[in-house]
Amino acid sequence: MTTDITESRELKSTEINKYDFKTKTEAVFKARRGLDEDIVKQISDIKNEPDWMRKFRLDSLKIFESKPMPNWGGDIALDFQNIYYYLKPTNEQGRSWDDVPEEIKDTFEKLGIPEAERKYLAGVKAQFESEVIYGSLKEDLANQGVIFTDTDTAVREHPELLREYFGTIIPSADNKFAALNSAVWSGGSFIYVPKGVKIDFPLQAYFRINEENMGQFERTLIIVDEGAQVHYVEGCTAPMYTSESLHSAVVEVVVKKNARCRYTTIQNWANNIYNLVTKRAFAYQDAVMEWVDGNLGSKLTMKYPAVYMMEPGARGEILSIAFSSAGQHQDAGAKLVHCAPNTTGTIISKSISKNGGRSSYRGLARVEEGAVNSKCSVVCDALILDPQSRSDTYPYIEVAEQDVSIGHEASVSRIGEEQLFYLMSRGLSEAEASTMIVNGFIEPLIKELPMEYAVEMNRLIQLQMEGSVG
Amino acid sequence: MSDILEIKNLHVEIDGKPILRGVNLTIKKGETHALMGPNWSGKSTLGLVIMGHPNYDVTEGEILLNGQNILDLDADERARLGLFMAFQRPVAIPGVKMADFLRHATTNVRNPDRKEGEDLIPMREFRNEIKEKMGQLKMDSEFARRYVNDGFSGGEMKRAEILQLAMLQPKFAILDETDSGLDADAVRLASQSINEIGHNKMGLLIITHHDKLLEHNPPEFTHVILGGQIVETGGKELAAELHSQGYDRIRAEHPESAAANDDTDQVAIT
Repeated sequence: MTTDITESRELKSTEINKYDFKTKTEAVFKARRGLDEDIVKQISDIKNEPDWMRKFRLDSLKIFESKPMPNWGGDIALDFQNIYYYLKPTNEQGRSWDDVPEEIKDTFEKLGIPEAERKYLAGVKAQFESEVIYGSLKEDLANQGVIFTDTDTAVREHPELLREYFGTIIPSADNKFAALNSAVWSGGSFIYVPKGVKIDFPLQAYFRINEENMGQFERTLIIVDEGAQVHYVEGCTAPMYTSESLHSAVVEVVVKKNARCRYTTIQNWANNIYNLVTKRAFAYQDAVMEWVDGNLGSKLTMKYPAVYMMEPGARGEILSIAFSSAGQHQDAGAKLVHCAPNTTGTIISKSISKNGGRSSYRGLARVEEGAVNSKCSVVCDALILDPQSRSDTYPYIEVAEQDVSIGHEASVSRIGEEQLFYLMSRGLSEAEASTMIVNGFIEPLIKELPMEYAVEMNRLIQLQMEGSVG
Repeated sequence: MSDILEIKNLHVEIDGKPILRGVNLTIKKGETHALMGPNWSGKSTLGLVIMGHPNYDVTEGEILLNGQNILDLDADERARLGLFMAFQRPVAIPGVKMADFLRHATTNVRNPDRKEGEDLIPMREFRNEIKEKMGQLKMDSEFARRYVNDGFSGGEMKRAEILQLAMLQPKFAILDETDSGLDADAVRLASQSINEIGHNKMGLLIITHHDKLLEHNPPEFTHVILGGQIVETGGKELAAELHSQGYDRIRAEHPESAAANDDTDQVAIT
């Protein structure tokens, strides 16, 4: 018998957008604006990298320069020569928050990271501009052989392990922005979970862009060895500026036999940021890869987390939430690629558009030859709050086998006048009623999140909803 | 001062088509009124207009609650002043739990000046209260976790509406066919519950086709609406007559209203 009959989480909406603040810092090093071979060499020099990485960067730059801009998705009105590609905020990475420069520490205090770390995290990485400025990992996990470090450190300290996978899941030539990241990457997380180690609490990374016209290019590689388990969470925010910044990450995940990885993103970039990210996981025999991808911020997001099911029994699950408001375009979605028999993939996408915002679902479901008896299900629902807003669905389905099960359902609904009236007739204001309907719409996804992140997501949605009516 | 709801010469259109043509009705606290009439007579419209549904245009007349004209108020403001309507077909709101919804609603109605984001009534207090009320309505406590009207059976929907009536304790309640779609036992339970919750404490306007709902709520006044006008008012014996004999006598005595009713029928408003 359960006694908890309600879990209402009313939030104090009196708070202002707590992410929109600028920190005054003295950079240790800031590259000049723009991108060319000299900048790439400079980054590599500062990081004192081995030759192979320097070559990888320079080759990637050529690929970036040779590739055309994508002619689909959103409108990328970005001047690549106006961006700062590298900014080093501090010389040392802190092992304790006291080692972090005061003003940067304050920044993360305001974002609630140290508090979350104390309460429920197994480890934290905090990246400010181009570098990870703080890192921690619970001692017992380190003793079990878990590695959780920034990717630059991994290049130095775990070169063999890193090189085995780095750039193999997402080659530089995969797309223009993967090539860009490969040329100028800095920071990001490197995680190795040894065989059979199950990490109960999430590992979290937090990415903060502070300067205007900044480019942040973190590079993350996660390797979950056989039978191991990890939940990785990333959050990202930035203050609002009038001209654009760029965030272009590459995230590669390897989930080995019987292992399990969940990767949760709560993206809340300021509305001047282009968020052009490539995320892909390879899942091997009976492994499970889950992407939970929440996109609330940014000017334009183009991001389609992918699961390649490489061996029999692999499973891929992708939950995507997109919320676009005035001046925002979320071109979000997911990819499932069945490369082996008996693999199962699920995509659930929920998007909300308001105040002239545009949300698109763009998804791929592909069954390769030989991937018999695979099951793939795609459900995408869109909610449009007003006539100015827009929602589109671009499903791509490619099936090379007969004996498979593919399902695709899509729905688009406008916020119901009758629903609003019903709630208002019970005393809820129009704003409260709209927020409640929107929260209800994404509830099936929110309830998949751990409590702390569910609360965070609900809070962000409430912030997005504020001022949506009247 | 005793609460009073007055509807004066109310004319209402939807998309330029007249539906109510001068309705007059006064309800005082503690009184039970039955509103009966054939299909398309304007019964539900009257309820929805009192509650403030945005799709209807009031072209003439006024609705006064304790002397204050409420026609310019939105539905939520009317609810906070003490009006309530149990809907015939309440809409589903997927993903929103009954308990969350009702805690917000109850808080707002009890603290009409509450601003968005201010505290809700304490969880423990709310939980105890809703559990008690659900018990009285023979509802499983699991019900509070379900999504509002989502996948509810006809009976569950109606009971959920009565639960809201019990929680919100309005000054005036309009019950729109709270008996439709229920079996005899369920109607009896609904009828008893409404009596326990509302009798003598509220002004009740019960819209019904049947007399079963009135069994435990004998109306002091029965109004017959036809073609958008109240054409006859009597006591509980009028309700009994209409239930057993239908509207032929009324139609014969009010041919103009009957014609108007048939006219409205043609445009099939829902």
